[in-house]
Amino acid sequence: MYDVIIIGCGVTGAAVAYQLARYDLRVGIVERFSDVACGATKANSAIMHAGYDPAPGKVMTPLNLRGIRLGKEIARKLDVEYRPLQSLVIAFSERDMETVRTLYERGLANGVNVKILDREQVHAAEPSLNPDVIGALWTDDSAIINPWEYATAMAEVAVLNGAELFLEHKVTGIVRDGDALTVVTDRGEFRTRYVVNAAGCHAADIMRMVGDDRLTQTNFQGQYFVLDKAEGAKVNSVIFGCPDEKGFKGILVSPTVHGNLIVGPNSDPVASAETLGTDAATLDRIKASGLRYVPSINFRNVIRQYAGVRPTTNVKDFVIDVSPACGRMINLASMASPGLSAAAAVGERAAELLAGAGLELRPRASFSDSRPPVVRFASLDAEGRRAVIEKNPLYGRIICRCETVTEGEIVDAINRPIRPRTLDAVKRRCRAGMGRCQGGFCSPRVHEILARELGVKMEDIRLTEEDSFIITGKTKE
Amino acid sequence: MRGAGVKHYDVIVIGGGPAGLAAAVSACDKGAGSVLVIERDRVVGGILNQCIHNGFGLHYFKEELTGPEYAGRFAEMVRNTRAEVVTDTMVLDIRASADERVVSCISAEEGYREYGAGAVVLCMGCRERTRGAIAIPGDRPAGVLTAGTAQRYVNIEGYMIGRRIVILGSGDIGLIMARRMTLEGAKVLACVELCPYSNGLNRNIVQCLNDYGIPLYLAHTITGITAENGRVASVTVSKVDGGRPIPGTEFTIDCDTVLLSVGLIPENELTRGAGIEIDRRTNGPVVYEDMMTMTPGVFACGNVVHVHDLVDFVTAEAMKAGAAAAEFAAGKRVEGEVIEVRGGDGVNYTVPQRIRPGNAGRAAEIFFRTNRPRGESVIKVTSGDRKIASFRREHMAPGEMEKIIVPAVLLAGASGSIEVSVETTGEA
Repeated sequence: MYDVIIIGCGVTGAAVAYQLARYDLRVGIVERFSDVACGATKANSAIMHAGYDPAPGKVMTPLNLRGIRLGKEIARKLDVEYRPLQSLVIAFSERDMETVRTLYERGLANGVNVKILDREQVHAAEPSLNPDVIGALWTDDSAIINPWEYATAMAEVAVLNGAELFLEHKVTGIVRDGDALTVVTDRGEFRTRYVVNAAGCHAADIMRMVGDDRLTQTNFQGQYFVLDKAEGAKVNSVIFGCPDEKGFKGILVSPTVHGNLIVGPNSDPVASAETLGTDAATLDRIKASGLRYVPSINFRNVIRQYAGVRPTTNVKDFVIDVSPACGRMINLASMASPGLSAAAAVGERAAELLAGAGLELRPRASFSDSRPPVVRFASLDAEGRRAVIEKNPLYGRIICRCETVTEGEIVDAINRPIRPRTLDAVKRRCRAGMGRCQGGFCSPRVHEILARELGVKMEDIRLTEEDSFIITGKTKE
Repeated sequence: MRGAGVKHYDVIVIGGGPAGLAAAVSACDKGAGSVLVIERDRVVGGILNQCIHNGFGLHYFKEELTGPEYAGRFAEMVRNTRAEVVTDTMVLDIRASADERVVSCISAEEGYREYGAGAVVLCMGCRERTRGAIAIPGDRPAGVLTAGTAQRYVNIEGYMIGRRIVILGSGDIGLIMARRMTLEGAKVLACVELCPYSNGLNRNIVQCLNDYGIPLYLAHTITGITAENGRVASVTVSKVDGGRPIPGTEFTIDCDTVLLSVGLIPENELTRGAGIEIDRRTNGPVVYEDMMTMTPGVFACGNVVHVHDLVDFVTAEAMKAGAAAAEFAAGKRVEGEVIEVRGGDGVNYTVPQRIRPGNAGRAAEIFFRTNRPRGESVIKVTSGDRKIASFRREHMAPGEMEKIIVPAVLLAGASGSIEVSVETTGEA
């Protein structure tokens, strides 16, 4: 019998697991994908929002504000790639300036360090901007983060402290069972005293399994371009357009913690949360917006596109509560933006709600708030490089030449507390294949190392989910 | 200036592919006392090792060899020189100033180290353009890979990468892979090319597509990819006009694999890192007639400078670069007039981009590619209003590198710059 089963190991589920790891509980995490952080957590803008956007009084507002403070601390403690970065909401017109002033007032009310910049100030703050920009909202309470590393790091700490992670377990039903619940998955059942619903885009589906039909998932997709580091170096801020009347924050231009540039997302309804394809018309639209903000972006340096679907519902706020239909289920639903920013605070809130619902939280004596260190060869200086190679010669063999990722880092990644099973999962752990050649040179070698370390055949290695096998057999068969 | 404890070589060659091997042989022949070749892969030979088809060496060896044979011959030549070769070693950066060049590299065996060099020859080759770079929309499943990556899986590792294949782009690697996959029992359903003409060698169109009845869709592109269970299920193909898809012309091909052969990009990260001037048209360093870059003592040759059609021409260029590097290391410096070479009408780029007539010997070789297929044409070399030379061609194609040889005496009259242009008189 589990004390808590967390459904979903995106950044929200991982934050809950991280929070619960400090208590003497038996925790299980069921995740439908082959790796953690694979839903909205891997396909978003990777921004820790300063908190000027949500209106005072919303559920999300205090969680956003506390989430970014906790997130900064967690990133430092668990060595997650994180970079404080100013952000701008730019105005092209007087009407936009009205929006900027509204956001400014909201920022002040939320205690965010905001300023309104005039034309001269905004161009001084971000010289790459279109000369037509007349002003902006400015804040330096914002940051950029590696979102999948953030989630993975928290999940790793949870696992190291005893949480059991079940990947590729898709929840198909929840059965009430006296004083407990049984979470039914396609690969086995889990009896538990409490359930935390952190199922992202599927949170509304999970709620319905206990008869709670308040929410309907609305699938708004966002597509992005990723550009080469040469482009990332052109901007020194997260650049937002003015939000539209529907509250959509608008297309943004931002560097990533790795130095690339991202441009996106749109916000358009799609058929399902699994609709992750891109389309030419949308990409053209995003490109036009990006160029309107920063005319010097060279789209010949695009290296990839991606798309994500937001966990939005009919409620325009987070829905965080003990389910009115089932006192043993905590909902963390409708976790769209600022879901990433708020995650750590949502994790805390989930623990409080569990306690309120009757779960005893006794501190775990052996709790260790740390995870194995990560060697990032590319960011070491000559001395650091010498030192790590001396310790392990595999750090001297570069496998991914674009991102300077060594065999040592790949082997480390595969043997971390949560083992990646696919090429994409390895890529998310150590960046092998994330550069300009997109794995053209290194993917056969990473493939070989992954098969070797997992002790499986080359044919059994997948790119991502389902039957995404990379090779179909041997030649001459 | 030689740093204490830093091992010094007369010539350091970065990359042990066809360019690097030839540059090393040539540097030794020219008298370089110490030469080091640094190769990142486990063996030398570069991309030739996976090019198991024949057709290499017709110009240089006057016989038809496979890629591994061609590479093997040069590896053997290098073994017979005093050049040292280190493999499984990656160069991390090059620091080049007027009087000092330092190369830092790492390997599992010897860790991190730096070498000083009298001259450096850049031979890093090129990489393939990816799906992301050309932004093919649609799902992002397994089964979409560049032709070169597929070639490695099939020819080096011995794995099949799919059974029903569509190839985007008619570059040479794509064409070669069409034949290769067919011979391995896969069905190649189509080769789809954006341009109204192929960018590959004509002999490859005939021998790799036509001989196997593989349809070539010119002026078409892939406008969508769908996935099923994580693997490619189909592609949408559309007719294009001036590169833009024409709505209403779409058709679907059910397949499990998409191979991309949509262009090669010189790999100049080290070059950029060293602050060496890059030509926007070639994506390679700007070079003089002897393949020296605009940074003294750093030379470059092969696909890192511009993408070649035949390896034989890589060899010839590398021989030139290796020899010049050896001479530079021995103290030779070229002074005097510099002529800029510009690409005019119909010319995508030129290599070299600068010629020093005093160092060109009896004649200067200029390589370029034209921007479209052409029938009977005249290549003109002019300087201002003055006509310097002209060369006739029966036909020209973007898939083939052009070479002209301009006698030095004619360059003497050029004032500051010359322009190479093409005028077509007949139909393609």
